[in-house]
Amino acid sequence: MKKLIAVCGVVCVGLLSATAVFAAGTIKIGGLFAVTGPAAFLGEPERNTAKMVVEEINKAGGVKGHKLELVVYDTSGDATKAVQLATKLIRDDHVAAIIGPSTTGESMAVIPVAEREKVPLISCSAGIKITEPVKKWVFKTAQNDTLAVGKIYEYLQRHKQSKVAILTVSDGFGASGREQLKAQARKYGITIVSDDTYGPKDTDMTAQLTRIRGSRAQAIICWGTNPGPAVIAKNARQLGLKMPLFMSHGVSSKKFIELAGDAAEGIKLPSGKVIVADLLPASDRQKGALTAFVKDYQKHYRAEGDHFGGHAWDAVMLLKNAIERGGDTRATIRDQLERTRGFAGIGGTFSYSAQDHAGLNNDAFVLVEVKKRHWSIVK
Amino acid sequence: MRRELLKFLFFAVLILAAPLVFSGGYLMNVLVFVGINTMLAVALNLLLGYAGQISLGHAGFFGIGAYLSGILTATYGWNAWLAMPLAALVVGTLAGLIGFPILKLKGHYLAMATLGLGIIIYIVFNETVDLTGGPSGLSGIPNLSIGSLVFDNDFKNYYLIWTFGLAVVLFCVNLAGSRVGRALRAVNDSEVAARVMGVNARILKVQVFALSAVISSLAGSLYAHTMTFVSPASFGFNFSVELLTMVVIGGLGSVYGSFLGAALLTLLPELLRGAQDYDIIIYGGLLMSMVMFMPGGLVRGLPELFRRVARRREGAGNA
Repeated sequence: MKKLIAVCGVVCVGLLSATAVFAAGTIKIGGLFAVTGPAAFLGEPERNTAKMVVEEINKAGGVKGHKLELVVYDTSGDATKAVQLATKLIRDDHVAAIIGPSTTGESMAVIPVAEREKVPLISCSAGIKITEPVKKWVFKTAQNDTLAVGKIYEYLQRHKQSKVAILTVSDGFGASGREQLKAQARKYGITIVSDDTYGPKDTDMTAQLTRIRGSRAQAIICWGTNPGPAVIAKNARQLGLKMPLFMSHGVSSKKFIELAGDAAEGIKLPSGKVIVADLLPASDRQKGALTAFVKDYQKHYRAEGDHFGGHAWDAVMLLKNAIERGGDTRATIRDQLERTRGFAGIGGTFSYSAQDHAGLNNDAFVLVEVKKRHWSIVK
Repeated sequence: MRRELLKFLFFAVLILAAPLVFSGGYLMNVLVFVGINTMLAVALNLLLGYAGQISLGHAGFFGIGAYLSGILTATYGWNAWLAMPLAALVVGTLAGLIGFPILKLKGHYLAMATLGLGIIIYIVFNETVDLTGGPSGLSGIPNLSIGSLVFDNDFKNYYLIWTFGLAVVLFCVNLAGSRVGRALRAVNDSEVAARVMGVNARILKVQVFALSAVISSLAGSLYAHTMTFVSPASFGFNFSVELLTMVVIGGLGSVYGSFLGAALLTLLPELLRGAQDYDIIIYGGLLMSMVMFMPGGLVRGLPELFRRVARRREGAGNA
């Protein structure tokens, strides 16, 4: 009997703490990032940035007098683990909201948990499926691939090039890019004359590029994350391919220029504005946030802040604003998130609504070109 | 036999009573996965521990079960209870067909062949985007349900999974104690001697390979319906190795050892999470010392450890 009472007591305490998020004076935020494993290049800057922003917010006095507390777990890019850890954040840590996970697969796996437990989730991954169709509790900060593809196609259309070859990596990022490249081609009057893929660990893409050389393509669009695209850039140079080479936002960091070396020269790609923060005109609404982020990241970690970290920056700030506007339970935080209008962050200017939980439009990306080992904005 | 039954009953009571202690928290969620991993480890143990045949491709069978259940229910709207046995049948047939040629191989060559099989299956999940959703996964898989009872939370799923889990354990305990089990061990000790004694080693190996795959497929179907989402990354080479580790750490040729291995490897990373960035080092160190000091696995090593501690106490008492 005593045991039964004890169990009841535990259950009651559990229920109570689930509703009163701020009971202890601090607001707990959960973070799920793939800090180790194949997606570590996403998870690490995301975790670092989230930690940094929370620290800065607390230094400045917290949110409405409450300190923020970030509880971070490493999912190592595994969907099963992400689900377990999301449950842990919700049930054991009683977080007000969750930031992450880093990859689309993990996000899709965690979504049913967030929906069932009614916890706001701000995903840092790009997959369109995450917010389309709209799910009540799920938002995201990473730009849709649609926007990136649109930027390239717009440019091609303006320059009257209509035949392209696409070369995509066979992982989640590449598959999503390939889907969008194919889906949107028609809208811009573009025909895909060659459609090839390569494996994430391939070290030579000469075969695919030779095939493209034989096609009537006027431009090559390659969709992948480091190091594959750098290999493609080098191979293309070795084969003496003259057609312009486009990359995706997956390689928009200095790392790509380091890897590709001289072969990077002249390559164009759509990118979040963070890598060209200092080149932006002062009139750009995001300029303030961007330069602050770049400077902070340099100070904390002695490394260049990239747009992956930016996704976490945006997520924390969106949450902070939602809480400031009056969100004090999981439900009201969600409602306030949905009311976000014109928030100028790192990934773009966010405006969420009941129909749109991705919140960005095509000014989130700029087209950049590598010139003398530096990024420059293509006008 | 009576003793085996008592052992099983004790185990079953332990499992069924666990939620009284862990209910509510997220540990419940982890225990659901302990159930799934136990089924997988027991299945692999039949092959590796009893018959002595290695497989580095079992994550593939697990995956096919999960994907078939997922695709049939989410894309084609089948009844989940119908999709599950069909998936198991398909996987069993496939394993039987593949088993004939590759189980002729021995040792490293068999390891290579099954490794290749696992990788091929993984690539198929990744590349057939229209069917499987490719690398970003397949979502919208319904929960299992009986009438109006929908298995949509950890508590219900725990009992669902462990009903299957206990059935698999009971089945395998029985199998191990039967004529077939003895034949399997004979094949393990010496295939030639077993054949001399009239055991059709070749057919037997294929049969146990297929059976092991069928159980894995069943675990896969259950995984798909509890997660309601599957993606290829969960069924890669890494997971095959993890399963192998569970079996070896738990104890080769012991059904309960497989449970211990599965429970340890699933729970340990969670318990070590407090150690922050050092958890991986501690985890690796623990596994290494377990293999070094408990070569027979947890199931033999733990009682040995108790005995030693008890003896030392006794010794101290006498002196």
